[in-house]
Amino acid sequence: MTTALEVRSVSKNFGALAVTQNVHLSLERGARHALIGPNGAGKTTLINLMTGLLKPDQGSIILAGRDVTSFSQEARVKHGLARTFQINQLFKGLTVIENVALSISERRMHGHDFWSPAWTKSDVLDEAMALLEQLKLESDALVPMQQLPYGRQRLVEIAITLGQQPKVLLLDEPAAGVPSAESHIILDAVDALADDIAILIIEHDMDLVFRFAKSITVLVRGEVLVEGTPDEIAQNAEVKAVYLGEKVNG
Amino acid sequence: MTMSEVQPPSLPTNSPKVSPTQYMHDRVRWRLSEALPWIVAVGAFWVFPNYLVLGTQMIIMIIFALSLDLILGYAGIVSLGHAAYFGVGAYTTGILSAHFGWNEPLSGLLMGGMVAGVFGFASGWLLLRYHGLALIMLTLATSIMLYEFANVAEVWTGGFDGLLGITIDPIFGIFESDLWGKTYYWYSLFVLFLVFLAVRRIVYSAFGRGLVGIRENTKRMHAIGSPVHQRLVTIYVISTIIAGFAGALFAQSTAYVTLDVLSFSRSGTVVIVLILGGVGRLYGAFIGSIIYMIIEDELSRISPEFWEFGLGLVLVLVVMFFRRGLLGAAEDAMKRIRGASS
Ligand SMILES: Nc1ncnc2c1ncn2[C@@H]1O[C@H](COP(=O)(O)OP(=O)(O)O)[C@@H](O)[C@H]1O
Ligand SMILES: [Mg+2]
Repeated sequence: MTTALEVRSVSKNFGALAVTQNVHLSLERGARHALIGPNGAGKTTLINLMTGLLKPDQGSIILAGRDVTSFSQEARVKHGLARTFQINQLFKGLTVIENVALSISERRMHGHDFWSPAWTKSDVLDEAMALLEQLKLESDALVPMQQLPYGRQRLVEIAITLGQQPKVLLLDEPAAGVPSAESHIILDAVDALADDIAILIIEHDMDLVFRFAKSITVLVRGEVLVEGTPDEIAQNAEVKAVYLGEKVNG
Repeated sequence: MTMSEVQPPSLPTNSPKVSPTQYMHDRVRWRLSEALPWIVAVGAFWVFPNYLVLGTQMIIMIIFALSLDLILGYAGIVSLGHAAYFGVGAYTTGILSAHFGWNEPLSGLLMGGMVAGVFGFASGWLLLRYHGLALIMLTLATSIMLYEFANVAEVWTGGFDGLLGITIDPIFGIFESDLWGKTYYWYSLFVLFLVFLAVRRIVYSAFGRGLVGIRENTKRMHAIGSPVHQRLVTIYVISTIIAGFAGALFAQSTAYVTLDVLSFSRSGTVVIVLILGGVGRLYGAFIGSIIYMIIEDELSRISPEFWEFGLGLVLVLVVMFFRRGLLGAAEDAMKRIRGASS
């Protein structure tokens, strides 16, 4: 089985709004896939459907060959699916390292232990520290989360997700809000991940997309407009139309 | 430039370089100041020998407030019906004694906690799927229903007249109840100490950190694979067992249970106590209970009808000026003094 994650004819409506329409998408092991499309195309919704934050009206989600459509978010996470959020979802009242340590601690099932002092003997903190170093956050380890500038918070968002050691990683506009001088830190960290991890990235910065992705899906109004290699997408007339139209509108 | 370079030097956490491991160790380390409440409690026995009955009620309030702090302060579950479990504990212990002659105090106390925990499991399992206002209303509704049920089940509870005929054997078969409340003061203090040790461990454990994670961001906890509902039910059960202990101690120390143990006002009081003392900070329950009981005792002596106005005023002032409760305010003041002197 080489397909890491498969979305099979998935549809989702919010009332009258068909936000996901019969979408097929498949990520092979080691995929470097970009999901692009105008704002409101349904990209985030698709990630929410993959992770179980939303249930599809139709279709199924297959994770490593297993139909997980009825699985809870936590169960899917335990099967190797992790995501970042377009809008940071952090533990604002904790320090930076605790944010990451909590993720690692949950992955290692320490969260059931209500008796031993947290993360004092275990190597949870070492692992958290290593992740922080990877994202150049080590000097902020003990800074309370809400004192961190937004761009750096964005890096913590990613560190938390990497703490899950995912097999399938879904990144929802990871570089949005990060100063361009620092956005390379994100891509470097993602590049450093093992080759067999499947990665899906939603990104508006086309330079980033073309640098990173080996395949691209274009989503428009909830439908897959086209899928192909970066070259094919760059040449595609329909895609150009959509993006030019977008620029005129927005 | 990194954040730590722009940190103002007055922030003590970052100025001397501590390693994260050191930091985690420091968090759980017992501080000298933590001996203070116990020294006060033991000392009070000799200094205020005429106030031991009040002292016992304070201790029971602290236990009850600690139980609420576990769910409210740490897991972020707002409950306006926590008296339900205090009441179940009180009635369990009371009914066991009054109807079945089960007068042995320690097992009576345990039963009070256990039965409250069973109720906590059943209601928590159902209720904790809801959030926000819906959850608040459901906790409130649960306690109202229990109150009415206890009122109707007069045969067992004594209904509006209260449950009489509770007799409690000497503790450990040795220490008899006495008119000054000496025995129950020590007994309650002992129970508080054990409860506190357990609560402190829970709060500083990885499970406890997970609860804070749920409080801070439930959505993110789901996304890192945490079984949120299971965690919430677990802490709810622990909390309701402790609330049941408080209720059981109340029944034993007063040898009388009325519907008041299940009342909305008791649920509200314990929330007020925590807000006064400081939510989610372990010792807030101590400060809040002591302040509350002193206000109640002193003001109601001056004016039995009007004392709650004074309580309201204090609450307003605390909420407006000391968001983190009186304990939080005290900590801030200490930090400022230390910062100024260094
Ligand atoms: N929970 C929701 N309820 C109703 N409408 C929603 C919800 N979430 C998203 N939408 C709508 O669905 C459409 C797609 O949103 P989204 O998936 O966030 O798009 P994208 O990530 O591509 O910008 C938008 O029109 C948005 O307003
Ligand atoms: Mg989006």
